Amino acid sequence: MLEFLRQLGSSGMQVAATFGRAGILCWQALWGLPDWRAGPGLLVRQVYFVGVYSLIIIIVSGTLIGMVLALQGYTVLVRFGAEAALGQFVSLTLLRELGPVVAALLFVGRAGSAVTAEIGLMKATDQLAAMEMIGVDPMKRIIRPRLWAGIICMPVLAQVFNMVAIWGAVAVGVNWLGVDAGSFWSNMQQVVEFREDVLNGVIKAFAFGVVITWIAVFEGYDAEPTSEGISTATTRTVVYSSLAVLAMDFLLTAVMFGVH
Amino acid sequence: MQQRKIEIAVGVFILLGLAAMAFLALQVSGLSLNAAKRDTYRISASFNNVAGLTARAQVQVAGVQVGHVTGIHIDPLTVRAVVDMAIDEEVDYLTSDSIASIKTAGVLGEQYISIAPGAEPDILGEGGVIYDTQSAMVLEDLIGKFMNSLGNKP
Repeated sequence: MLEFLRQLGSSGMQVAATFGRAGILCWQALWGLPDWRAGPGLLVRQVYFVGVYSLIIIIVSGTLIGMVLALQGYTVLVRFGAEAALGQFVSLTLLRELGPVVAALLFVGRAGSAVTAEIGLMKATDQLAAMEMIGVDPMKRIIRPRLWAGIICMPVLAQVFNMVAIWGAVAVGVNWLGVDAGSFWSNMQQVVEFREDVLNGVIKAFAFGVVITWIAVFEGYDAEPTSEGISTATTRTVVYSSLAVLAMDFLLTAVMFGVH
Repeated sequence: MQQRKIEIAVGVFILLGLAAMAFLALQVSGLSLNAAKRDTYRISASFNNVAGLTARAQVQVAGVQVGHVTGIHIDPLTVRAVVDMAIDEEVDYLTSDSIASIKTAGVLGEQYISIAPGAEPDILGEGGVIYDTQSAMVLEDLIGKFMNSLGNKP
């Protein structure tokens, strides 16, 4: 019994310590903008690696998800003769939920894991320690640009995802299944509100970006400096960020679209 | 050279994001850049029952959209629903004895307001009020009446 309590206490303290270390890292990293004396190059380079490289997977999966949504929505709606409502069905689903969430999950797999592995390897090969020795703050040089790059990229990727997904839905719904283009767009425009739907989606994507990159950067920085440590850290990044995204999505949805 | 390429790619990336944002704002949510410039005037009408009419619903004359509902609130004195509408400036033929009625597009469609102009010479202007209104048809009430009339038969 006492042994059980001891284990519970020790694991609880470990969890608290981990959260504390993550908070300190975030505080130190976000304390300022990326070091401008080193030029904006660091941030630009990270946006390139984190954002531009994720673009292909975002565009391809966005198109496919839009096409699937249109196909499934059409088969249900056509039974009620309401296939003209396909536009609003697809656009609301995407803007409010699927766009930010699926883009975030893809972003976790594509960019979050890479950031963790990169920082973890830097730590394992003592590059971070070497930087400190020559007087370069790894927090400024390594952590901060990656954190900001993730925060900038996530909303952009989510909006691109929404755009191509709606185009995919147009391709299937209008061009293939023959929903009238006019009623498709006008139904969509009548229902979708800019502030309520589009901006809330952007806020969601922004929040996901903060959490994903925070977890990714922290897990890399906190990884055990061995090859196993890096692999567990990468796995943890993917698992924790995915769960965090889904849980936060529920909370944000409840706050944004819930019953007031 | 390498750095330059990266910067160009990032520029394209950011631009793509902005383009997506603009597409979602203009094409998907129908936000119009010159919406503010389009001149409208406000009129209102009070109904016994608006039954699911919402803001942004269409206002039609002879089936053509001439404006939209801007807000719905309850007048605490009469306990009737007051519907505020914005009507396009060029629609200057709504007479003071116009009839405003709430209609439904299809059986399950959304509610809209249909205005039938009358014959009075007075034209509604800014702040005008339509007194002659027909409330929404509530399907449950109709069914209830129908059932009652069935039950009353000897």
